[in-house]
Amino acid sequence: MSLDNAPKLPWWSRIANPGQFVAMTKPFLWPLTALTGALFIIGLYYAFFNSPADYQMGDTVRIMYVHVPNAWLSQFVYATMSISAIGTLVWRHPMADVSMKAAAPLGALFTTLALFTGALWGRPTWGTFWEWDGRMTSTLVLLFIYLGLIALWRAFDDQLRAARVIAVFTLVGAINIPIIKFSVDWWSTLHQPASVFRPDGPTMPGSILTPLFAMFFAFTFLFATLQLKAMHTEVKRRRVAGLQRRLAQGDRP
Amino acid sequence: MIDLGQHAVFIIWAYIGVAIGIAALVAWTLLDARQVNKKLKALEARNPRRSA
Repeated sequence: MSLDNAPKLPWWSRIANPGQFVAMTKPFLWPLTALTGALFIIGLYYAFFNSPADYQMGDTVRIMYVHVPNAWLSQFVYATMSISAIGTLVWRHPMADVSMKAAAPLGALFTTLALFTGALWGRPTWGTFWEWDGRMTSTLVLLFIYLGLIALWRAFDDQLRAARVIAVFTLVGAINIPIIKFSVDWWSTLHQPASVFRPDGPTMPGSILTPLFAMFFAFTFLFATLQLKAMHTEVKRRRVAGLQRRLAQGDRP
Repeated sequence: MIDLGQHAVFIIWAYIGVAIGIAALVAWTLLDARQVNKKLKALEARNPRRSA
C-alpha cells in the first residue's frame, strides 16, 4: 500500500494526532478573532447606546450584559472539561486532555468575572455585595474546583498520567453544575430564577435580549478562540518537554 | 456617553473589571504561546533531526 492509495482517515482520527490538530485548526484562529471582535463592538454598542433602562432596575440592567455571559461560560467551560474528561477516560483521545488542561484557567477567569460582576450588580439591586445563598455559594465552590484542578495539573510532571487522575476529579466536580443551575429553584435565594433559557421562552423584551445575545456570543467566541490558542500552546509545550527529555538522555544527532 | 443614572459607579466598575480580566487573559495566553514557541524553536535548532 502506498501513500496514494492509503485509506483516508476520518477527521476524528486525524485530529488525534496533535501535529495534525494544530495544522487543521490554525486557519480558524484569525476568523474567530475577527468574529469575536465584531460581536463585542455590536454588543457594547447595543449595551450602552441602543438599549433601554429596565423599568425596575434602571441602568444597572447593563451589568447583566457582562454578568450573564460570564456566568454562562463559567458552567459551559466546565461542561467542556467534563466532556474532555470522558474523552480521556473512555476513548483516550490524545487531544481530550489537552482540551481539559487548556480550559481550566479560562473557566477560572470567567467564574471570577461572574462573581465580580454579580457582586457589583447585587449591591444596588439587593443592597449587598454578597450573600451566602445557593447560587452564589455554589458558583464560589466552582471557582475553588477550577483552582484545585489547575493546581493538580501543575503538581504532576507526567502530563499523560495527570490527565487520567484529573479527568476523574473533573467528573466528580461536575456534580456542582446542576446544583448551580437549579439552586435558584431548589432553595429560597436572593438570586432571581432563570429568565432567558426557560421552557416558556425568555421573560425579557427584544430590546434587552439583543445586546444580551450579542454579548453572549461575543464571550462564547472569545472562549473558543482562546481555547484553540491555548490548546496549540499545550501541544507545543509537550513537544518541548519531549525534546528536553531526549536531550537530557543524551539522544543527540 | 449616555447617562448611567445614580448607580453609574457600579456599572462602570463592572465593565472596567471585565475589561481588565479579559485583557489579562488574552495577554497571558499570547505570552505563554510566545514563550513556548521560542523554547520549541531553540530546541529544534539544537536537534534538527527530530524537528524534520
